[in-house]
Amino acid sequence: MSKRNKKIVAALLALCLALVITPVLALRGAAFGGSDDAGSVKVSEITGEEYEPWFTPVFEQLLGGELPGELESLLFCVQTGVGVGVIAFFLGRFVERKKMQSGEGKAAEE
Amino acid sequence: MTGKQKKLVRLSACAALLCGALPMAGAMHIMEGFLPPRLCILWGAIALPFLIAGYFSIKRTVARDRRSVTLYAMAGAFIFVISSLKIPSVTGSCSHMTGTGLGALLFGPSAVSILGVIVLLFQAVLLAHGGLTTLGANTFSMAIAGPFVSFGVYKLCQKCKVNKMVSVFLAAALGDLLTYCVTSFQLAAAYPSATGGVLGSAVEFLGVFAPTQLPLAVLEGLLTVIVMIALESYARPELRAVGFEEA
Repeated sequence: MSKRNKKIVAALLALCLALVITPVLALRGAAFGGSDDAGSVKVSEITGEEYEPWFTPVFEQLLGGELPGELESLLFCVQTGVGVGVIAFFLGRFVERKKMQSGEGKAAEE
Repeated sequence: MTGKQKKLVRLSACAALLCGALPMAGAMHIMEGFLPPRLCILWGAIALPFLIAGYFSIKRTVARDRRSVTLYAMAGAFIFVISSLKIPSVTGSCSHMTGTGLGALLFGPSAVSILGVIVLLFQAVLLAHGGLTTLGANTFSMAIAGPFVSFGVYKLCQKCKVNKMVSVFLAAALGDLLTYCVTSFQLAAAYPSATGGVLGSAVEFLGVFAPTQLPLAVLEGLLTVIVMIALESYARPELRAVGFEEA
């Protein structure tokens, strides 16, 4: 990766971090609920009555209730983990391959 | 695409049209049971031709060069990661990004529909996020409409000779944003408001989704650019294998 690209990536990462942290710091005490839920609140506002979903998720039917919060975050983590694992594995291989091809010295250059 | 495959795609496209499907914008991750059955089937029928076209597109690319498999895996994994992260936004509520822009740029929009539907299935079955009955509608907004916009924006930027990284950013960010616009319209079509009709309630839903999503769309644009830089630095042969040629 070239020097210039390295700088760009670092700057972009910093920007990403700032984007995520700013709202948390700026809006102390906000609930940060899901906007999908906010959507369903809107539905009942528009129709004027509490909406009763006509179909509940398969997994919840199996469990006979909602998925416990901790388990839900576990599954979300599994999803993230699988994704990151795949990306990191292949990217690592690509990086090593490039090093092998261009020799140790040139590896740093684009 | 062979003649037989083309026929199949056309056939399913006709079926979608027969369902009275006018191409219409919608939004994403509508919850289980929140759309009337009629609309569930309708959106499913609309999504089907894209999925079939996507399947053949992936098959063709992989048959041409097996190295492309790694990029499909990575683009799919990118969607997995990105759509599992709930990010706080300026409105005080959380939402998540779609991650489909990257795949759309690499493989073209129809192939992404397959990657997207895998993620949506995972979340619908295990996480009660989105849903099986609303799968068609969610697929259309997140895995079809969004990627098509990303792809279109990118091509447009290339035509206008916009800087490559800027065009990647714009494509991913706008695709993400449009996904939520589409969802708003899908919900609005199911729940027209008493006073303003479909449009009136679309504005209401947009008011919920759009401000939350705007910073996240920027975030998704930035992340997509980062991944793209990494791929261009280290995975040139694969990028050529899927036909994503750098200028």
